[in-house]
Amino acid sequence: MHAALKEILARHGTSRSELIPILQEAQGAIGYLPKDAMLDVARHLNVSEAAVYGVASFYAQFYFQPQGKHRVRVCRGTACHVRGSANIRRLVEAKLGVKEGGTTPDLLFSYETVACIGACALAPVMVIDGKYYGSLTPERVESVMGDYMTKAK
Amino acid sequence: MERLTSLSALANLKDRIRRGRGRDTVGLSLCYTTGCYALGSGQVHEALAAELKRRELDGQVVVQRAGCRGFCEAGPILTVQPKGIFYVRVKPEDVPEIVERTLVQGEIVERLLYKDHATGVRVAHECDVPFYKHQTRVVLRHSGHVDPQNLEDYLALDGYEALAKVLGSMTPEQVIAEVAASGLRGRGGAGFPTGRKWQLCREAKGDHKYLICNADEGDPGAFMDRSVCEGDPHAVLEGMLIAAYAIGCRHGYIYVRAEYPIAVANLTKAIADAGAIGLMGESILGTGFSFDLKIKQGAGAFVCGEETGLIASIEGRRGMPRTRPPFPAQAGLFGKPTNINNVETLACVPPIISRGAAFFASMGTEGSKGTKIFALAGKVNNTGLIEIPMGATLRRVVFDIGGGIPKGRGFKAAQMGGPSGGCIPAQHLDLPIDYDSLQAVGAMMGSGGLIVVDEDTCMVELARYFLDFVQSESCGKCVPCRVGTRRMLEILTRITRGQGKEGDVDLLEEIGTTVKIGSLCGLGQTAPNPALSTIRYFRDEYEAHVKDKRCPARVCRDLVTYTIDPEKCIACGKCKKVCPAEAVEGEKKVKHKILQDKCVRCGACFEACPMDAVLVA
Repeated sequence: MHAALKEILARHGTSRSELIPILQEAQGAIGYLPKDAMLDVARHLNVSEAAVYGVASFYAQFYFQPQGKHRVRVCRGTACHVRGSANIRRLVEAKLGVKEGGTTPDLLFSYETVACIGACALAPVMVIDGKYYGSLTPERVESVMGDYMTKAK
Repeated sequence: MERLTSLSALANLKDRIRRGRGRDTVGLSLCYTTGCYALGSGQVHEALAAELKRRELDGQVVVQRAGCRGFCEAGPILTVQPKGIFYVRVKPEDVPEIVERTLVQGEIVERLLYKDHATGVRVAHECDVPFYKHQTRVVLRHSGHVDPQNLEDYLALDGYEALAKVLGSMTPEQVIAEVAASGLRGRGGAGFPTGRKWQLCREAKGDHKYLICNADEGDPGAFMDRSVCEGDPHAVLEGMLIAAYAIGCRHGYIYVRAEYPIAVANLTKAIADAGAIGLMGESILGTGFSFDLKIKQGAGAFVCGEETGLIASIEGRRGMPRTRPPFPAQAGLFGKPTNINNVETLACVPPIISRGAAFFASMGTEGSKGTKIFALAGKVNNTGLIEIPMGATLRRVVFDIGGGIPKGRGFKAAQMGGPSGGCIPAQHLDLPIDYDSLQAVGAMMGSGGLIVVDEDTCMVELARYFLDFVQSESCGKCVPCRVGTRRMLEILTRITRGQGKEGDVDLLEEIGTTVKIGSLCGLGQTAPNPALSTIRYFRDEYEAHVKDKRCPARVCRDLVTYTIDPEKCIACGKCKKVCPAEAVEGEKKVKHKILQDKCVRCGACFEACPMDAVLVA
């Protein structure tokens, strides 16, 4: 068993309501939810593997594949949408060569969209590793993404 | 601080804190919540700390990391007390000048003041900024004036006075009667009377009852609850304590989106701090009333904002709604009677108790009392969080508070209530904003997202956008929602691609009506609204797409073409540089041309051209 997971399970009880907090912490420690980890969680809570996977796959927050070193999240909230976030998404996709939810083969970038990050005043906005880039224009996306991609290599 | 064991101990502590704080204390208050933080208030705070230390002023000047002031457009916002000087868009490099000129010499740094869009005049004080002048801040009264991580700030104001009043002089029945008399209705969207909801749960059989605060704000374009949790977390806790006392709940949960890290942090700290001085836990203030509160973080599912979906999620299951009855008030969390209120609803409770039901009921309209918070965003000059009395008109919100539409464009519609709501066109600008008026024109109060759109927004595409959202967020349990939203999305997508067929609009209305009637929960029952209301008011735009294969707003990519006007082109290469598809031909001194077969119609060239030579048709 993953050492961090062992420690997480020890801290939580075995009630079913612990499932989501456990998965959240496990993903926090491992970076995603590998199959083995979900099996361990199922045994700990004494529920079926299907129950664990069923819950994990219901919620958008959980990943089943390793994620890239840098996380690029483009907001597709309404305010961003009416200020042109669709273009921003196309540009980011073209730049990274992956579709939404994808990770570059070199594991440097993961790209996803979020329903709304609530920074509507900055629309359209994207967040890279927790840093906000607002009032985006195609040119600014080009330069911001370019910087990250050069540095990452 | 010591644990308080009586009501008088709380009053004494509040007195002591107030006495310790002079009226003339020089202080800086910096907004430190999501909007301003994203704009760099973290760096401004560091710069301030360093500069004050360098000038040995750090002992004399307090820098408060305050909650949201709502005026996100102008962030990061810094106010200087006691004068209330209001600086906007502050950058780290402005800090030395602020310290020297404002703190040391007592002058105002003119260039950092807010400039009125309409008059061009700079405004020195917060109270004179038009954005604030037309608001009535009741729930947001503390936001921006307290450090959300500092319980003493809250206690120095009216914090926990309502709780003390309830515990000291009111029976649970009296509390419920007071809330009912105030006319408070649920702020999460449905508008159920709060007093009656509490009454139902109080009357339910069972010793063990739960109270849940719904902070799973998932509507795209809405951030009211986030700002309240981030900016004034103790107000939410106080509202919950009063609700728990009235209903008879021993345990409570706050279900908050994991996407709101600052809200989670501030609420967590607030619960710990309140517990440490005996405002949470066993026998609160020595009265025998006990309440424990836990935070549960959501995991990214919009449908969990629906109360039975939320309960399933706390129980560790897929967050799928179930049929009601039984209602949560009878059988909710772990099968026990459960009361669920939204953040804003709970934050309304302390002022209702402190200032009386009559005060709250004096604001608003016949069926909608009090104030409502809206997240104002989209094509509007002053983006941010606003609070207005119910019944204020949309015109007041968009033009007086919002400062109108940027670039002098025309107002087209306001989309209210997010994916559950509808659009309100220009002809209804003078509509009073309350539950019933909005319903009458096919929109919905919703939780408070208010997105302004101008003539450059395609209403068909906007409807497609919302259907795309609800379709992907539908939990899939019931057929009308799962299949119906999918079919509607397919039709809308076809229309925006220029493949609409005769009869598509009627079909959308037919399916939409069925989905509304047949769906299990609020998500499905309201999901068709964006499509139905845009058809109601902008049918001509639908017809233009379907019949003429034309997008009047020039938004739908398959229906527009980009060309370069050779008369205006100066062959600068800017469009060529930004084009992601290498669709621009030409070089220095050779007029540029767009290759239509390569063009992906992203509009990057249009944005980049300094000569307005890129034409859209």
